[in-house]
Amino acid sequence: MKIVISATGDNLSAHVDRRFGRCPWFLFVDSESLKCEAVVNESADAASGAGTACAQLALEKEVDAVISGQVGPNAYEVLRQAGVKIFVVSQDISVREAIDRYKNNELRQTEIRVF
Amino acid sequence: MIISVASGKGGTGKTTIATSLALCWEEGLFLDCDVEEPNAHIFLKPHIHERISVGIPVPEVDESKCSFCGKCAEVCEFNAIVVIKKKVLFFPELCHGCGGCSYICSEKAIKEVEREIGVVERGRSGKIDFIHGILNVGEPMAPPLIRQVKRHINSGTNAIIDASPGTSCPVVEAVNRSDFCLLVTEPTPFGLNDLKLAVEMLRKLTIPCGVVINCADIGDEEVQKYCKDEDIPILMTIPWDRRIAEAYSKGIILIDALPEFKNRFSQLYGKIERLYKR
Repeated sequence: MKIVISATGDNLSAHVDRRFGRCPWFLFVDSESLKCEAVVNESADAASGAGTACAQLALEKEVDAVISGQVGPNAYEVLRQAGVKIFVVSQDISVREAIDRYKNNELRQTEIRVF
Repeated sequence: MIISVASGKGGTGKTTIATSLALCWEEGLFLDCDVEEPNAHIFLKPHIHERISVGIPVPEVDESKCSFCGKCAEVCEFNAIVVIKKKVLFFPELCHGCGGCSYICSEKAIKEVEREIGVVERGRSGKIDFIHGILNVGEPMAPPLIRQVKRHINSGTNAIIDASPGTSCPVVEAVNRSDFCLLVTEPTPFGLNDLKLAVEMLRKLTIPCGVVINCADIGDEEVQKYCKDEDIPILMTIPWDRRIAEAYSKGIILIDALPEFKNRFSQLYGKIERLYKR
């Protein structure tokens, strides 16, 4: 499974960032090998449309699932229509831990969470 | 002459100043460009005789012609289009109506349709032609509507533009190409901070400006000091006065409620005219 995680840094020890569209880093992780590709989120400071741009990036990288603290309505819509699974983690945890929880089936797929 | 009335900080008295200044004219145009929450009509009480719908062009995708190449999504500066497998998703509230997507589409699968973002209303208030824009609730994009409000400015007529607070796109659009900008502020650290931002904005737009200090007898001397250091004329000061606030809360124009201010607004207009002609 290829998962993209919104992260505060560029490696698996970084924390899961609480925002999908505005996080500083995306980590594209293979859940089996834990091979990780870090990509700077160039839309982090976009005036608008960060969510759709990040969702588009996730689709280009052909991910199966997204893990983030919060996925906004536009990004959610794109990911949902493309059949990407969305997992929202509320606690402050590392990317590595998030992937462990994912593999242990401890993460629940989310319905839309709009604040 | 086109005079815009703006301020970095909100609630400093833009509309109070703009409406009283407008009454100093024999005839002229009043444009409320604070389209997100226009309120000058509460004071000028215009008789509205025309209502014009304003829209922006947005794409409509014919998926039977679409090859899902993704060029439209790529060209969109605002990420308003996302192309997924055999589907094009469009987010109208992100679209600025630039037309890039339909231009680049080699399959001719995108046509532009109008999406209403608000209305422009025209009316008459005494000797003044009144125009304002009302942005639809929830609509994030004010500048296209502000442009439509400003289209009614004729060369040669006097016009007052009431802008929204701040220094973001709607304010730039509202004050742009005005001959003079009146910056209304208050003598507080907040007032000063936001005045500085507004002055920087006007310098980029090369619009001459002057300052009105409202509630001038509260706060501190820092705004005065800043204006002196930066060589920005202070054209009027208005004291803190409960009667002004009471009139405002009833939708009464300042110089109607307190006629002793009439002269001072005429003088303010005279000062602006002299600075403009200089």
